[in-house]
Amino acid sequence: MDKKMERILLRVQKPARYTGGEYGQTIKELSSVRTRFAFCFPDTYEIGMSNLGMRILYGVLNNMDGVWCERVFAPWGDMENEMRENGIPLYALESGDRVRDFDIVAFSLGYEMAYTNVLNMLDLAGLPVRSSDRGDAFPLVIAGGTSCLNAEPLAAFIDLFLLGEGEESLPELVRLYEASRGKGESRRDFLMAAAQLPGVYVPSLYEVSYNADGTVSSITARNGAPEKVRKRIVKDLDAAYFPDETIVPSTEIVHDRVVLELFRGCIRGCRFCQAGFVYRPVRRRSPENLEQHAVRSLAASGYEEITLSSLSTSDYRGLKPLCDGLLDYCGEHSVSLSLPSLRADNFSVELMERVQKVRRTGLTFAPEAGSQRLRDVINKNVREEDLLNTCAIAFAGGWNTLKLYFMLGLPTETDEDVTAIAELVNKVVHCWHEYAKNKARGLRITVSTSCFVPKPHTPFQWEAQVTGEEYMRRVALLRSVMRAKAVTYNWHDADTSFIEAVLSRGDRRIGDVLEEVWRTGGRLDAWSEYFSMERWMKAFETCGVEPGFYATRERDENETLPWSHIDVGVSPAFFRAERRAAYAETITPDCRAACMGCGALSLCPEVGCDA
Amino acid sequence: MPEQRLLFQKTGRAKYISHLDLMRTFQRIFVRAGVRVRHSEGFNPRPKISIALPLSLGQESVCELLDFGLVSGAALSELPERLNAVSPEGIRVLEAYDAARKVRELALLEALGTMTYDAGAPEDIAEKLRAFFSQRSLVIQKRSKRNLADVDIAPCIKRVSFEQTAPDTVLMRALVTAQNPSLNPEHLISALRQLQPALAPDFTVFRRLEVYDAAGKVFR
Repeated sequence: MDKKMERILLRVQKPARYTGGEYGQTIKELSSVRTRFAFCFPDTYEIGMSNLGMRILYGVLNNMDGVWCERVFAPWGDMENEMRENGIPLYALESGDRVRDFDIVAFSLGYEMAYTNVLNMLDLAGLPVRSSDRGDAFPLVIAGGTSCLNAEPLAAFIDLFLLGEGEESLPELVRLYEASRGKGESRRDFLMAAAQLPGVYVPSLYEVSYNADGTVSSITARNGAPEKVRKRIVKDLDAAYFPDETIVPSTEIVHDRVVLELFRGCIRGCRFCQAGFVYRPVRRRSPENLEQHAVRSLAASGYEEITLSSLSTSDYRGLKPLCDGLLDYCGEHSVSLSLPSLRADNFSVELMERVQKVRRTGLTFAPEAGSQRLRDVINKNVREEDLLNTCAIAFAGGWNTLKLYFMLGLPTETDEDVTAIAELVNKVVHCWHEYAKNKARGLRITVSTSCFVPKPHTPFQWEAQVTGEEYMRRVALLRSVMRAKAVTYNWHDADTSFIEAVLSRGDRRIGDVLEEVWRTGGRLDAWSEYFSMERWMKAFETCGVEPGFYATRERDENETLPWSHIDVGVSPAFFRAERRAAYAETITPDCRAACMGCGALSLCPEVGCDA
Repeated sequence: MPEQRLLFQKTGRAKYISHLDLMRTFQRIFVRAGVRVRHSEGFNPRPKISIALPLSLGQESVCELLDFGLVSGAALSELPERLNAVSPEGIRVLEAYDAARKVRELALLEALGTMTYDAGAPEDIAEKLRAFFSQRSLVIQKRSKRNLADVDIAPCIKRVSFEQTAPDTVLMRALVTAQNPSLNPEHLISALRQLQPALAPDFTVFRRLEVYDAAGKVFR
């Protein structure tokens, strides 16, 4: 190891996250490598290594002949300062080689607050942040992930985006890149060819014009790029790669366990939930397939815990037999099984009791809204009696800790809806008094609220976010009526939600703001110790951008949305119908009860939707 | 019940793995190797693994000792090979054997410090260091959990020698007490910094070389 680095590593917090060398990393002989791929996660090692998508793509790429994929994470502030002071450019963990010498630099974008890290990491790597300033000698810079489904704020910085799931499109793109390089084509030629691959969005091939009122007037594809870019999906999950043999970090990460992905997509259709729409249609792994992967990955990693992952675990058909099979194995091998994302129903508690015979974590439910009226508006099909029944069973079963999550600022929310949260919580408290087996320990309920952020590709994509002042007024209102002693009330701050709202529905003009925020010191904005509202507001002012235009303005349904050339499968007509149903306080049945024809089926007509 | 013991190295990139993380890492190494080790009793059984003399972050070692109870899955003789096949870079098991001696009999440890003087070492540095460390008493301030305390480290230093190998490099070999009380070799550098800063190097890396019992015999 470099002498300079050796000294730095002893001065920074948790140096193991900067060294690589973990069990399961892929090292390749350079003489056999044609294409070097830097997989960059724009957050810390602990967060990035917990991301299943990254582990999947790392495996998929390294299974390719001649391709070496390495990992890169955002350094924490102390490490970044050391790197800048000592002239150490961003490097990849496996080889320690400089990112700027790689062929392809790829970012995984899961959430908007990581955008400033993308610019910072490009800069730390010694790359100009804007695509237009990077000549053909620089690496190709690409990005994928959920927040790329409105990629416009990053359009100036990223050469191309891969929309949807990357297991198949990423290898295709790498092979196209190699062929293009072999022919000696220019970057521009390559990008034009890449735009012809399904799922590839090359922002520089689209011209965006604006109306006098600031809204988008048109998005025009140039040079033969498709009018609409459709996200890619994996059609057969059982046949898809699963990272049985993966990296086992030598230092603790956020999700330090085997993560078993049950299915993609969601049958529920909660109207605020972007993930619930953009991951459609529903595709699942079979229980047999999952059991196989569970056993293999536990044995290969040595992890002592496995968690089942999906948007709504209770909706996995075959959950009971799967859990039975897993519990047998887990019991025998001292492995614990955890089940997040369960719905508030009786079956869940039964399951939890069986799974957590010994170590008992608290229960967490997300009713999202306090009144039945508002839960109908957002199509969160949990009825009060379901929640209370579930609580009764749980309290009778010995649970005494409960976390409840709500959103404030949902469309049509009134003060009655806000105070209904306190009423619901009171009913839960009464329920505990009635059913609790062991009252000596006392009840602890934690209620959390966050400010609703309208997201692209949802029925609420046209909605205005409430202002920060209004959110705080509703927080104060809720505080004033939430009096039960057993209840702790936490509220998320409004500032981050406001910036998230601007970024998630932003257009290309937000790119200037991002660059200004980063140039004035913005980075690690998902971390409260680094986020600065003043910095963001100043950048909006400097760039002449009115943030309220993006966050707190209701859009006309006929407006051309900045992401209207991106096709996630679910049709705009479906979103409009769902929005009308929301205002009519009408619930839509889940996809298993009745297919509402959202449009996602068209992504895989040959295999169908597995709702 | 007889305990088993591993002798292992922790070098290279692995020196940045903290003690706590190393325990977790070994738990997982055993599972990956298909080797069952004894677990604690009770509701939440955990593998019973202990590593003697926790190593400071950033120090290498070629003589680490890990105690565990072998249940099944492999013969002792094949353990090093089996474990090394599934270990992270820099962790290397050298021997596995039945532990005949208690860790509390471990009394001394020998460490090598590579001291770097960025502007070149002062003249006659080896001699000056020898003189400094031959003082009868070396009282330094040591930070404990809560407060600073004055501690005389001289009694803990059993032997120390210096050799200049390059204009900017001095090798220090130190034999210090390992338990009751223990002395982290890094405190020899603290002593220089606090008591004779002109002789203090800009940077030192340590490698633990060997552990001994009170009689000065290699401890295994």
